[in-house]
Amino acid sequence: MTELENLIVGSIDRSTREVFSTMLDTPVEIDTATIESRSPEANDGVVSFIGLAGSWAGSGSLACSPAMACRICARMLMTESQAVDDEVLDAVAELTNMIIGGVKTDLEPSLGPLGLSIPTVVYGKNFKAKGAGITEWIVASFESEGERLLVKVCLAPTAVAHAGAHAANPAYALEV
Amino acid sequence: MESEILVVDDSAAIRKILQRVLRQTGMSIGAIYEAGDGQEALETLRKQKIDLVLSDINMPKMDGLQLLASVRATDAWRAIPVVMITTEGGESKVAEAVKLGASGYVRKPFTADQIKEKLSGFLEAILP
Repeated sequence: MTELENLIVGSIDRSTREVFSTMLDTPVEIDTATIESRSPEANDGVVSFIGLAGSWAGSGSLACSPAMACRICARMLMTESQAVDDEVLDAVAELTNMIIGGVKTDLEPSLGPLGLSIPTVVYGKNFKAKGAGITEWIVASFESEGERLLVKVCLAPTAVAHAGAHAANPAYALEV
Repeated sequence: MESEILVVDDSAAIRKILQRVLRQTGMSIGAIYEAGDGQEALETLRKQKIDLVLSDINMPKMDGLQLLASVRATDAWRAIPVVMITTEGGESKVAEAVKLGASGYVRKPFTADQIKEKLSGFLEAILP
């Protein structure tokens, strides 16, 4: 990994542990950090996205099982959810906002000011989500209470990200 | 006497968390009103006697900075402490909020102790 990729992994790790500890009172441990450059696998479960924009642009994403999403909601809001409902999606959106917001803050001294979009959360089965333009995602896999959470970030200098996006399909093509 | 607080955030999850956290602080708090954006917050301010506003910055329709500017521009509300909540790291938007007259800010994620630390001084000053 490059120096920047290592910085992003360290920031994802710090931010995820801080948010889990503060908002969920739950420990979380990073298992692996990898670069994902091939076409994404089909997903089952809950996936969120949040845009990052500035002199560098890209996205942050969280992915977890429905059971993990319900557990996050229960811990965060102190209410039990048996299935993925609006409240669960809202909790995952906020978790995304806080984790990627923390990463953004860590990266700004190196990459300049970055804006953060409003998060989007998707729940379903057998869908693929792909960001246009930037093909490499930094993927950190976390384990918490026997469940897995993936935190992903892709970032490139704005000129590169835009050139890629214009050459490909619109951002976030969703295949079901 | 108890303080009346207005919580403004477009996320229902965060409003719910703040309700819980504010109760956990042990401070003397009466009603906690909720608004999903700045416009709703202004409507609540017109109808209720609010002692303190706790507001997100990034919201649709009317954001926290616009709400703050409206509060500071209205004689009846000018003295109400407004504490901003943000995921931003403390740079441009927080600086803008301070310039507009924000009383303080809390960064997400937050603990009950951090909320108490930020708000207790304002609430003690309000209570007789």
